[in-house]
Formats: sequence, C-alpha cells, structure tokens
Amino acid sequence: MINFVDTLIEKKAAEEIVGVKASDSKYIFGKLANAGELCLNYDVTLLPPKKYFLPQRETVFKFKLGDKPSLEPVAEAKSIILIGVHPYDIKAIELCDAVFTTINPDPNYLLKRDKATIIGTDCLSPNPKAFCASLDTATTESGFDLMLTDIGDSYVVAIGTAKGDKLLKKYAKTREATQSELAGRDGQRKKALGEYKVSLNMSPEEIPGLLEVSWGSPVFKEKSEPCLSCGSCVMVCPTCVCFDVQDDVAFTLDKGERYRQWDGCMLVDFAKVATGENFRDDKEKRFRHRMYRKGKYLQERYGKLGCVGCGRCALACLAQIASPAETFNLLKAS
Amino acid sequence: MVMQLTPKASLHLPRLAELVRVESLAQREKVFELKLKDGEELGHKPGQFVEVSLFGIGEAPISISSSPTKKGSFELAIRATGNVTNALHRLDKGATVGIRGPFGNGFPLDEFRGKDVLVVAGGLGLFPLRSLINYIRDNRADFGRLTVLFGCRAPAERLFCDELCKWQDCKDTEFLETVDVGDDSWTGSVGVITTLFLKIDIEPSNTYAVAVGPPIMYRFVIAECVKKGIPEDQIILSLERRMKCGVGKCGHCQINNVYVCQEGPVFTYAELKQLKEAV
Repeated sequence: MINFVDTLIEKKAAEEIVGVKASDSKYIFGKLANAGELCLNYDVTLLPPKKYFLPQRETVFKFKLGDKPSLEPVAEAKSIILIGVHPYDIKAIELCDAVFTTINPDPNYLLKRDKATIIGTDCLSPNPKAFCASLDTATTESGFDLMLTDIGDSYVVAIGTAKGDKLLKKYAKTREATQSELAGRDGQRKKALGEYKVSLNMSPEEIPGLLEVSWGSPVFKEKSEPCLSCGSCVMVCPTCVCFDVQDDVAFTLDKGERYRQWDGCMLVDFAKVATGENFRDDKEKRFRHRMYRKGKYLQERYGKLGCVGCGRCALACLAQIASPAETFNLLKAS
Repeated sequence: MVMQLTPKASLHLPRLAELVRVESLAQREKVFELKLKDGEELGHKPGQFVEVSLFGIGEAPISISSSPTKKGSFELAIRATGNVTNALHRLDKGATVGIRGPFGNGFPLDEFRGKDVLVVAGGLGLFPLRSLINYIRDNRADFGRLTVLFGCRAPAERLFCDELCKWQDCKDTEFLETVDVGDDSWTGSVGVITTLFLKIDIEPSNTYAVAVGPPIMYRFVIAECVKKGIPEDQIILSLERRMKCGVGKCGHCQINNVYVCQEGPVFTYAELKQLKEAV
C-alpha cells in the first residue's frame, strides 16, 4: 500500500493526491506529501471529503465594475485522487451527486467531481457516535473507483470502475485475491459491524413514514431546547449541501467576485428575507427541519436518505442533541 | 420540473441588462424597465421571478411585473427594502445590472383559459399580478370575466395609479379597490381587502381566485374565497421565500420537501394545506 501511494505521488498520477492524515488527535482529508502521512485505520475525519466537490468557499464568477461591467465565469478543478474514503462518505457523495448533477446540473460541482478518483477503504473502527450499521452504509458496492479492505498483512482491493482498474494496473503490484483473503475481508467487515455503539430501533426504510406522523411531536421541542444554533452539526455533515451566495469587491472598487460558501438551516437567519420575516424563526422549527431533511425530504426528492450515520454531527454538537439516531429512536418510542 | 442533460455555465452566471427607464411609483417603490443586452426576450410567464444582480452588492429574487405580451423589454417593480433593492433604487437609466432566470412555475395560465379570474392584490402583491392582469387583458378572448380587487394601506401607497384608472374605466375588467385608512382626498372605499368580497358576484365553480399579498392577508382572503364556494384547487397563491440560487440547490427557500424556486412560488390552496410551514 505504501508503495502504491508513494508511486501515485512520485509519478504525479493526479495533480493532487489527497488522503486521510492525523491532525493532533483527530483525522482530516489533506494533501499527502508522502505515503507515510496516510492513515487508513481511522474512525472519522473532522470534515467529509465533500469539500473537494463543494468547497467551503468557491468563486462562481469574477466581475469588472465601471461603465461597462463584464463577467467571467469561474469553474476550476484539479485532477485529484482521494484515498481512504469510508463507505458512508461514499454514500454521501452519491447523494451530493444526485443533488448537483440531476436537476439543473451544477457546472462547478460537475467539473470537480469528474476529475476525481475515489479510493475507498472499509471503516473497521467506527467512532462512538456512528450508526452506519443501522443505515446500510457501513459498506458499499458502488460509488468508488477502488475499495480497500485491510486484512492484516495486506489489502483486498475491489475494482469499481475502469478508471480504478487502470490506476491499479499502472501504479500498483497486485495479484488475484485468494479465497481465504476474500473470506478475511468478509470477516473484517462483519467484525466491524459489531463495533457500532449507536443503533436505530428501526430499519432505514421506516424513517420517512415515522416522520410523516411525527410533525407535532413534543420530542422536537425537548431536544432542541439546549440548541445553541451554532450550525456545527450542518457544517460537518457529509450530506448537507446548502450554500449562501455573496459578492466581494476588491479594495480598488473596480472588480470583484461572486462566491458561494457553506450555509446551514440550523443557523438563525437561514430562512430570513429582506423584510425581516424569518420563516423558521425558532430553534424547534430549525431542529425539526434538519431532522426531516435527513430522514424524509431528501429521500422523497432524490431517492436517498439524507443521513449516512457517520456521527460527525453528534461528535461536533456542544449541546449533545444533534444525532439523528437519538431523535428517530425517541420518536419511535413515543 | 425542467430536466437539463448538460450543465450550463449560465446556472449561476447572470445575463447583463440595461435599465432603460426608472420611474417612481410611491414613496419607497419604483418600476425599472430592463432590456437584455444580448437582445433576447426574457421569455417569462406571469408569476415567475428573476434574480437581479448588482455586482459587488449581491443578488435578490424579484417578481416580474410586466406581461410577456409586452415585447422587447420587461419591468420589475421594487420596494427599497434590503441591500440589493436599496442599491438598485440609487441607480439611474443606463445602468447595467445582472439578470438570471426567469425562475419558478408562474400562474397556471392553461387552467385559467376559458374561466373567470378573480385577482386579489394586497399592496405590493400587485407587482406580480400586474403581469397576469395585463396578460389577460392582451388575450381577452381566451378568458372569462376578469375581476380585480386591490387593497393597500393608504391612498399614498396606491401603485401604478394610471393603470388602475384604466382598469376601472374598461368594460371588460371589473376593478374594485379599497384602502385601510383614507385621507381627505380619498372618496373611494375604506376597509381591508376582504370587505370588497361583499361587492362582487362570482360563479365559484367557474372561477380561479389568484391572491398575492402579505402572509397575514392570505388567511383572510382564503377564508373569503372558501366562503364564496371557490374550490380549494382553484384558489391560487404566490409565496415569498429567500430564493437565493433560484435553481433548487441552496436550500434557503425550502418549505418541507418543496423548493419554492422550483415547484413554486405559485401554489394552490389545496397544495399549501399539505405544506405545514407554508402560511
């Protein structure tokens, strides 16, 4: 594996080779200088790899001001290889793809997405807030170019696309996996499923129906009471895709740019209009909206659940209320 | 929903337009006539909106106030309220702005054809409804009776006064208006817009009611329409939301599972009853 990754970096297989790296006691996706930096046995990264397709801040076009204003569209992308993406994040990217590439395809997203190669890795040590086992997102059969599973002394690689196959043939030394190695992979995956500390008391298919009858439930008010409206939950979420659009003018006042940046429905002003009317003016409504987006709205629109159970929101939430699993379980019990 | 197979750079990129006329309507309201610099028609339907860009300030969703029957240019009537609209009010004829759209579904014109249309405009709600009223008047034979109710707070807040007079004097349009509070010069009706419902005679099953105004007005206008016997799917309303991207991505205009910029902003009362956060 080290040879493979070092070769990718040395031979410049893409303009940027990105992987999971340790950052203090946490993990992040970042540019790899060498294979030694790569940590494939991690629990979860602070931010999901979504940032490579929908960056925190992205210029949409540049403009020149003055008597004759002019515009110049900006859509930039580097070819990139992402190494170590967990299955739940791959499922989340598949949802982002549905949002940005089906109805009104988004040129900025598409360009970045098309130039990315995804090398996944199975999550063998889930974080304490994750509940992927309950959402069928602990493993995936699609959405990757290559998928790695650590079986101790080597990796089993599943080939997802021709692009992945080509990359592997060109830069790695491989051989056909033996039956016992494949069994080893199944064993690792099965063992990992037992490591999840949080679980849903229902199947994922039941969630939209549960929310259908839960609108007036007191659970939303009770759970949202300690909410700080800080937006941490939505900023770390791999399936949150909402953004704001703003203009920035240069110091010289003759030019500037329009950019979009991450925004989130848990922030106070998200649904506020110029007249001052705020259509989700209290935290209970915002909390409920987020839960419905995760468990119902995105499912209805794109056929995919809006939560992959990664647990990032629950890890980030200072008020300890953000986990959809907790709310869904409470609704089910009430 | 429009399906597009290839991404367009224009998704987020405005077209340039020139302000060819700026006219004051009331204390805080102006009408702006615009021409696209590429020479194309905007190609809108009454009830749709555009995203207006002032480069360096930002973008705001604005309903289109002119009828698509008016060719060569289009009009946006705007109250100075937020960053973009206040900056727009400071611009003169000849200035360049950005336009994206038209976006949204617009009023269901095909369903209106052959039917009577009751237009209920509260204050600024007249802006998008003016597009519909003038469209019907320009295609008069396609529609049944046209009744227009207009209400605003005070005589000084009346908008498009010349056109209101024209509608009043026209035989093929029944026009009634009222103000919440009159003044010495005002000889017309005084009272909220629902008081005008007492003065009209409609055939409910053959009538589409189209109301645009402040959210508070909707509760009372819906009740009057229901009282008149207009079916719920023939009561049409347009909603205001923060339509930031206009293309169903950014999430700001979402009501439950609906994106107002895509499936709206025009909804039937029957649809809105299913949306818990709508009105």
